[in-house]
Amino acid sequence: MNGPVLEISNITKRFGALTANDGVTFHLNQGEILALLGENGAGKTTLMNIIFGHYKADEGEVRVNGAVLPASHPRAAIAAGVGMVHQHFTLAGNLTVLENIIIGSEPLLRLDSRKAEALAKIRKLSETFGLPVNPAARVGDLSVGERQRVEILKALYRDSRILILDEPTAVLARPEAEQLFRTLRGMTAGGLSIIFISHKLHEVMASSDRVVVLRGGRVAAERVTAQTSPAELAELMVGRSVVRPKREGHATGKPVLQARGLSVTQAHGTGLDGVDFEVREGEILGIVGVSGNGQAALGRVLSGVAHATEGSLTFLNEDIGRMTPRALIRRGLGRIPEDRHAEGAIGDLAVWENAVLERLEEPAFSKWGFVRRSAARSFASDLIRRFDIRGASPDTRTRQLSGGNMQKLILGRNLANNPRFILANQPTRGLDEGAIAAVHAELLAARAAGAAILLISEDLDEAVALSDRIQAIVRGKLSTPVTAEEADARTLGLMMAGMWETSHAV
Amino acid sequence: MSTTLDILASASLWAAVLRIATPLIFGVLGALICERAGVLNLGIEGIMTMGAMAGWLTVFWGGSLWMGLLVAALTGMAFGLLHAVLTVPLGLSQHVTGLGITLFAAALSYYLYRMWVQVGDLPPTIEPFQPLKIPGLSDIPFLGEALFSQTAPTYLALAAVAVCAWVLARTPLGLAIRMSGENPHAVEAQGLNPIRLRIGAVMAGSALMAVGGAFLTMAAFNSFFPTMVQGRGWIAIALVVFASWQPGKALLGALLFALFDAFQLRLQTAMPDAPYQLFLMAPYVLSIVALVIVARRARVPEALMQPYRRGER
Amino acid sequence: MQFERRADVSMPALVVAPFAAIAVALLLCAGLIAVAGVNPLTAYAEMLKGAFGSRLSITETLTRAVPLIFTGLAAAVAFRARVWNIGAEGQFYIGALVTAALGHSLFAGLPTAAAIPLIMATSMLAGGLLLMVPVALRLRFGVDEVVVTLLMNFIVLLFVGLMVEGPLKDPMAFGWPQSVAVAADLRLPKLVPRSRLHIGFLVAILAAVIVLVIQARTVFGAETRAAGLAPKAAAFAGVPLARRLMMVALLSGGLAGLAGSVEVLGPTGYVTTTMSPGFGYAGIVVAMLAALHPAGVVAAAIFIATIFVGADAMSRATGVPSFIADVIMSVSLLAMLTALLFTTYRIRR
Repeated sequence: MNGPVLEISNITKRFGALTANDGVTFHLNQGEILALLGENGAGKTTLMNIIFGHYKADEGEVRVNGAVLPASHPRAAIAAGVGMVHQHFTLAGNLTVLENIIIGSEPLLRLDSRKAEALAKIRKLSETFGLPVNPAARVGDLSVGERQRVEILKALYRDSRILILDEPTAVLARPEAEQLFRTLRGMTAGGLSIIFISHKLHEVMASSDRVVVLRGGRVAAERVTAQTSPAELAELMVGRSVVRPKREGHATGKPVLQARGLSVTQAHGTGLDGVDFEVREGEILGIVGVSGNGQAALGRVLSGVAHATEGSLTFLNEDIGRMTPRALIRRGLGRIPEDRHAEGAIGDLAVWENAVLERLEEPAFSKWGFVRRSAARSFASDLIRRFDIRGASPDTRTRQLSGGNMQKLILGRNLANNPRFILANQPTRGLDEGAIAAVHAELLAARAAGAAILLISEDLDEAVALSDRIQAIVRGKLSTPVTAEEADARTLGLMMAGMWETSHAV
Repeated sequence: MSTTLDILASASLWAAVLRIATPLIFGVLGALICERAGVLNLGIEGIMTMGAMAGWLTVFWGGSLWMGLLVAALTGMAFGLLHAVLTVPLGLSQHVTGLGITLFAAALSYYLYRMWVQVGDLPPTIEPFQPLKIPGLSDIPFLGEALFSQTAPTYLALAAVAVCAWVLARTPLGLAIRMSGENPHAVEAQGLNPIRLRIGAVMAGSALMAVGGAFLTMAAFNSFFPTMVQGRGWIAIALVVFASWQPGKALLGALLFALFDAFQLRLQTAMPDAPYQLFLMAPYVLSIVALVIVARRARVPEALMQPYRRGER
Repeated sequence: MQFERRADVSMPALVVAPFAAIAVALLLCAGLIAVAGVNPLTAYAEMLKGAFGSRLSITETLTRAVPLIFTGLAAAVAFRARVWNIGAEGQFYIGALVTAALGHSLFAGLPTAAAIPLIMATSMLAGGLLLMVPVALRLRFGVDEVVVTLLMNFIVLLFVGLMVEGPLKDPMAFGWPQSVAVAADLRLPKLVPRSRLHIGFLVAILAAVIVLVIQARTVFGAETRAAGLAPKAAAFAGVPLARRLMMVALLSGGLAGLAGSVEVLGPTGYVTTTMSPGFGYAGIVVAMLAALHPAGVVAAAIFIATIFVGADAMSRATGVPSFIADVIMSVSLLAMLTALLFTTYRIRR
């Protein structure tokens, strides 16, 4: 009855000098939900990509129901009944739900696509598994939750019996996430076997039968969920006690940045809708929320990349709501962008070039339009030393730095200037524990030195640990702030669901 | 004003419109197929030139006209394959590669022509496609002359629009091609090969482009000379955007454009004092204006111009 | 077959790449020459003789390289900032036209030392403004400048024809229409007597040096490089993209306009509609062979000039159509693009 449907044996995968998976071995039983747990960079996604055929393993094999799966072809995996719901959805926004689901399911040379049959099958799957969708809708117009349903239906449509989900709740609010796991349970009752990747302990504890912990590309442990605890899993995940720095309470000063009725409209996605907040000297204000609720707009207006359409945003009593990034940089605002690869640092430039790119105008780094190379390079050396940026010299191509070190560079070039205000937008996204601890330490040090910091984070634990006060962002609106002491699980849950009092005392 | 109305009412104008539109229809369709699959093919100008030369040469050497069209299509596919291999699996810049292909195809066509054909005072000619009067229909007043007395390649072009529209919208292959241009990772995740799909689409599109060029030497005119394509390829690229990457609108765009072109030719004879260059400029200016008008609203295939690298996600 | 990104751009590969590309092109074109019934080695020998065989041919080659250096710089400057300027052909002609117009009447009375730089500067401005239009359309409306610059080439050429047959027509000229001529004392002095090589060659070298310094040492150079590599990151870092790109357009178009101006002030003295055998497009090949580096542009321009001057002579001697030069040039471009790939990626089975 409960034999293994999926067996991973000794899978090893290298990318150049990096070993992403090292002799990974485990199995999935029929009808169970297995969680694959690990911190960022542990090799979880690589492993799933190998199973599904996106990558080819250097060593090892995968067996489905006893038969070896031919490597490196999604077609083989699909034929064997393996389906994958990717973390970054593999959907085409300009096409309809129906088209996204049926692609690849019919012989290419067929003269007319059998859409009526497809519609019927989709409707049936939709009902059976509780995944309502509108087949004629354009995927680009759907919400994130709806898109995920389409992703799942894609796999079910191809008659998957084994479903792999990669960080499925990364973009879902708590109620939607719980609904998803209920749906998954229903599926196992219907005969499917499920693996989901996560780095969220509470999810793994609540929704899995067994858990495999990956660390540094290797299997660190396997546990039956009912027989383990979050504490044990946390330690297995990280492998050493990396203690994140603690925030100490202290007095805060005058407000440095204030927003009143601030609105930012965006062509795509949620903007800001008349929000109020203020950040004081020596405090960290945390903005929490599930991604897609306006954080991007908030980040963009504070970076100068987008402009306020209504309301005011003042920095030291000057209205900065419509200023360019250069103007903000001149006024000494520090900004750590959400996406370090797309906005933070330019991979093909040298470390020293990225270090001073924002400040080329300043007399310290340029004279009569010519770059002061030696000044810039010694500044970069300083940063490397002060912020412990590993694997770097001023001339190293920035692309070669690891995620954590690149983030330290971005952080460092902002902090070196002793800014009065710092925007920290998802500062630890995609980093491993060691790097996270380093970033937190720097932010807390800046806070102690009197900087006003606005932290935008999707990681609730991080926000609660670092922030003095917290506001939730939901559909472009901000809740009233609560202090760190008041921020317990229930209060935060309510805030993130959009339920707060509209009268406020700041 | 009455001159305008007179001109617009004449069947001969509309016959000319279809004639002028034919190479554009092939060009726009070809470029459209490539771009729907995610590849910008700026080799079009060169491929049309090569198609013009290859088709003409086949007939000059004794082949039939249809043989000529076939050879043109094959040379188009060959250059399409080259462009596709460089830009899809190798992922080179689609802009610069396309320009390189245009330079290469054009240069090669001039070289081979000069090597194999003796050109005296006038370039040698062939017997081009004659208008194919469709029995019965070609006797209808107005439409008979305008629509049903065209050459075979023109009918082919119109048929190509219908086939293209059907394949893209209704068949699994068309869906796979479209998705390759929207999200090639999605294509791979569903078990298909986006690289092969893109290469195939570019080859097919390039074949159409070449046939469009061949129309110039085998129907519109009857000899080959360098620079005869005169930027029609670039106009076709502009028209693809104008047509929102849809075959039906592509036909409309090509016809509209050809109308403008045919009209200005007749205007020229009506206004002999104005410098003829002004009239000749009009098509290019119009193309730019069309691009600007449509630019903001354009729903571009999302993965257009993005190289697909497996595993680099 | 998988591509694995190299840790760092391989410098040795970058230097070898153009030579490998050229070798491949020459090899493939040897086949074409053989099809014409001529021994490729003989043909290439004739080419070299034609380009470098005598004092006269060397000066011819260098003269031919001058506009290519300018259009090569124009393309390199633009492409580095990811501005796809394919309109150098049109910008060349506008520069030439402005030079003929100003040099014939308007500035004819001024002292030479003042007039020539003034004419060149105005021509550069004209070329720059011409490119600023498509770039502005891109910034404002999101229109791809590749197609617009291409279409504008045809428009400008027609305009030149209009002017050369109309207001700027030289009434004394026989044969094909040509523009009025630049005043005799405004023509550029020769570098080498009894040849066509003029001091425009030195101006071209100077331009390359200036571009090199701008790109490598100035804030403008650093910002435009960032804008070309990663526009989003550059904007985030405060680089005012629109302003910088318009400046790049002015510089790039200006260099192409200068190409036309120097060609008129130097060898030809007047404008015709056929005075450019594709200098603008060849400039793109020059820029790519040089991997967008100003020093490489000079070398690559001389190489391309060698091919064309050599091919003319070779054609007269062997009967191989001179279009072989265009084939060699275009295949070099495609080969270079492929070679550049290997400087960034490694092949892994």
